[in-house]
Amino acid sequence: MPIAQAHATFKQESHMRTRFTVNGEAREVEHDTRTTLLDALRDQLGLTGTKKGCDHGQCGACTVLLNGKRVNSCLCLAAMHEGDEVTTIEGLGSPEALNALQKAFVAKDGYQCGFCTPGQIVSATAMLEELRAGDPSFASASLEGEMPLDDAEIAERMSGNLCRCSAYPLIREAIAMAAEVKS
Amino acid sequence: MTKTFRMNEAQPRLLDETGQGIVGAPLDRPEGPKKVSGRAHYAADGLPEGAAQGVLVRATIARGRITGIDEDSVSGLEGVIGVFHGPEFLRNPAQGMAGEAPVQPGGEVHYHGQPIALVVAESFEAARDAAQRLVVTYEAEAGVVTDPARSEELEQDDPETAGDFEAAFAAAEVTLDRSYTTPAQAAAAMEPHAALAEWEGDELTLRGALQMLRFNKEELADSLGIPAEKVRILAPYVGGGFGSKLGIGPEAVAAALASRTLGRPVRVVMTRQTVFDAVLRRTETSQRLRLGADRDGRLRALSHDDRVSNIQGEGFAEPVSQASQFLYGAEGLSFAQTLARVSRTPAGSVRAPGEAVGMLALEQAMDELAEMLEMCPVALRLKNLPEKNPMTGQPFSATRLGDCLREGAERFGWDARKPMGSRREGEWYVGMGMASAARSNMLVKSAARVRLSGEGAVVETDMTDIGTGTYAILGQIAAEMLGLPVEKVEVRLGDTSFPGASGSGGSFGANSAGSATFLAAKAIRETLAGRMGCGLSELTLQEGIARGGNREVPLAELIEEELVEEASVEAGDTSESHFSSGFGAHFAEVAVHAYTGEVRVRRMLGVMAMGRILNEKTARSQALGGMIWGLGAALTEEMAHDPRTGHVVSRDLANYHVPAHADVPGDMTVVFLEERDDMANPIQTKGIGELGISGAGAAILNAVRNACGARVYDMPATPDRVIAAMEAAGF
Ligand code: FES
Ligand code: FES
Repeated sequence: MPIAQAHATFKQESHMRTRFTVNGEAREVEHDTRTTLLDALRDQLGLTGTKKGCDHGQCGACTVLLNGKRVNSCLCLAAMHEGDEVTTIEGLGSPEALNALQKAFVAKDGYQCGFCTPGQIVSATAMLEELRAGDPSFASASLEGEMPLDDAEIAERMSGNLCRCSAYPLIREAIAMAAEVKS
Repeated sequence: MTKTFRMNEAQPRLLDETGQGIVGAPLDRPEGPKKVSGRAHYAADGLPEGAAQGVLVRATIARGRITGIDEDSVSGLEGVIGVFHGPEFLRNPAQGMAGEAPVQPGGEVHYHGQPIALVVAESFEAARDAAQRLVVTYEAEAGVVTDPARSEELEQDDPETAGDFEAAFAAAEVTLDRSYTTPAQAAAAMEPHAALAEWEGDELTLRGALQMLRFNKEELADSLGIPAEKVRILAPYVGGGFGSKLGIGPEAVAAALASRTLGRPVRVVMTRQTVFDAVLRRTETSQRLRLGADRDGRLRALSHDDRVSNIQGEGFAEPVSQASQFLYGAEGLSFAQTLARVSRTPAGSVRAPGEAVGMLALEQAMDELAEMLEMCPVALRLKNLPEKNPMTGQPFSATRLGDCLREGAERFGWDARKPMGSRREGEWYVGMGMASAARSNMLVKSAARVRLSGEGAVVETDMTDIGTGTYAILGQIAAEMLGLPVEKVEVRLGDTSFPGASGSGGSFGANSAGSATFLAAKAIRETLAGRMGCGLSELTLQEGIARGGNREVPLAELIEEELVEEASVEAGDTSESHFSSGFGAHFAEVAVHAYTGEVRVRRMLGVMAMGRILNEKTARSQALGGMIWGLGAALTEEMAHDPRTGHVVSRDLANYHVPAHADVPGDMTVVFLEERDDMANPIQTKGIGELGISGAGAAILNAVRNACGARVYDMPATPDRVIAAMEAAGF
């Protein structure tokens, strides 16, 4: 079954238009005023790599980068993101051209069913930036200075991304591996 | 004609002789690049042209009759298309391997949260809004029992026994009698249950989040009252199952019905709250363990009684004492179960039904017995390794439990374990614990097709990969048997137009679908041997080259037309003559905060013997996942119900605590001991997905006891309970 823009023909007064950039491309979506960024990405734009695990900000499966920062896209209304820059898992790499994190997840088996995986990878992308920028976490020994890239830091900073398959230790090995490759 | 092979006797270990050398290798999953780039399509991924969206509406009474569903209450809302309900609607998902419709309650409500209607709209937002506004009126039944502890509708069979438990218990030098409770638990797979239904004439195609397509097709057809040939189910990717997607669910039937009426595709995705309300839960349990032993640790008497619950009309009862029946044995054994009927979300299989909760009690009782005997817990278990299944007298097909215990103790540094409460690091008590692991093993009827052409091979079966590694292992088996690099084998799964497999459940998927793939590839080997003019045993296939009868021929030259073989496998005499189970040993080190009772797991080790390992990498992931589920059961997971209405209180992922990254230590090790189970199936494997959880939680709880004296009988061991137990122990 092809993925299509099902709402193309459904135009009613509660609808509006929003323009933003997704994975470097200018996109315009027509959507219900109540539509979340998550649903706009998945159903209007056909970018189904971003998953809906709870629709309540509790699982992290819907994580995307919004102007470079990680957010739960299920907690964002599409209407609020006029002009914003969104990066989804599809924007990080393709099966033929995976980025370092994606490769590391495959090599370390940092997943099982794969449903939480796009969220883990997108979240890890921003998390590594936060670490580099010296943002402290609950696990940090000090609020200032360089933040170590150790397992405790990664675990703490990735705790917004649930994985019921419980690939946790391997997800963290994958993140550590990719971070080393980069640095 | 498909050949059905019955497992009547031990088979040669062909996979040890083939030359490709990739069975068992820790290869990456072939579908991995799709998964990590968001290109693997799950049931809810994608809306076809013209699709409408449906949201399920739940009952808000515990039991009674629906007297009205007021469609007018939502018909004026923008975008709303219709409200669907009726006699075909399911009360709850089918139990695993049912192969027929589950209860269809008509206008009746049997539990709070039951899906009773579907609102369909042009958009998800409109459907969700209307589902919340839909006015439903009920005639509620009075005096409904929603608390299993108060149910008087009890079902009890005669206890299962061997020897004379009472006499052996009375005669034992040391005895222990303890009660435990475990709460209801949720599978909580990350992918919510979803269905996308589309009809073409009288033929239905359903993309679903399902584990057992061969059965699901029958269940869906039966629910709708149409022939099974008219149903096709697709589930190439499934976002976790853990039992929750074994049977066809209300979302699938509702989507199919709405789609048929509307003449357009309909997608129904359960909200996370509905997943908690309406998907089969694991029952809460109360358990009583009685152990009697000699002073030297020899078990004389073992009894494990339990009480579980389920709603009326469901046959499933969590087999709590399953592992207790064969793990150690004693002269007197007795196992009694009571099933209480209750108006609550129905219960069914959740990862390792039985062992997952039963072993929490059994293995804590063994730990406590070891204390009473002043014996090492490892030594106590080693003293009680049975020669054969103590209940049935069947010999074990393969057991390395003793080796797992010894190897685990050695690798973990068990001899550094300190007396209870004597290791303190700042505000933390630190301790070690261990437990045995056991999970019985099965072979379920399965078929697969293998095609071989000059290009490579293709495996086709309706088997699913729910994260278990099916794509990887079936490719490895076929590649091994046909002497091809694994990249030359494509595995196609999750489509009922392919031969029907066992499906994913009960840890039998790899055994069953793997054996069918093996047999189909073996039939191709026979053809190739004929073409080479050599005997089957002389044939070697390696890297696309066939050797035999003093000839060496590129495989492609032996194949003019594609070779196609389908094979099917089923259990036979060996399942009667022998008892097959995976065995292992879990070790855990924990820190317990002296003032808050918070438990932090520092490291875990699982040593397991589970037959031939087909892919060391995916097997390890399965085992680790299971161990972390054990952590959840021990420390965090608790499905709370309101005793008045029976409704699920912890019905989202903020209130139902599955382990998160920060709960799980990085130091988690899995070791597989080499083993072949010749009686299990033609490829000598055993199930993996559930052994990891069996006993793992008990190892953690025993470590808590060793750390700080707290013995927690009511699980999970949340800080409040740990603190109370520490105080009770005088800490
Ligand atoms: S779907 Fe957004 S956090 Fe779960
Ligand atoms: S891989 Fe299945 S939920 Fe994380």
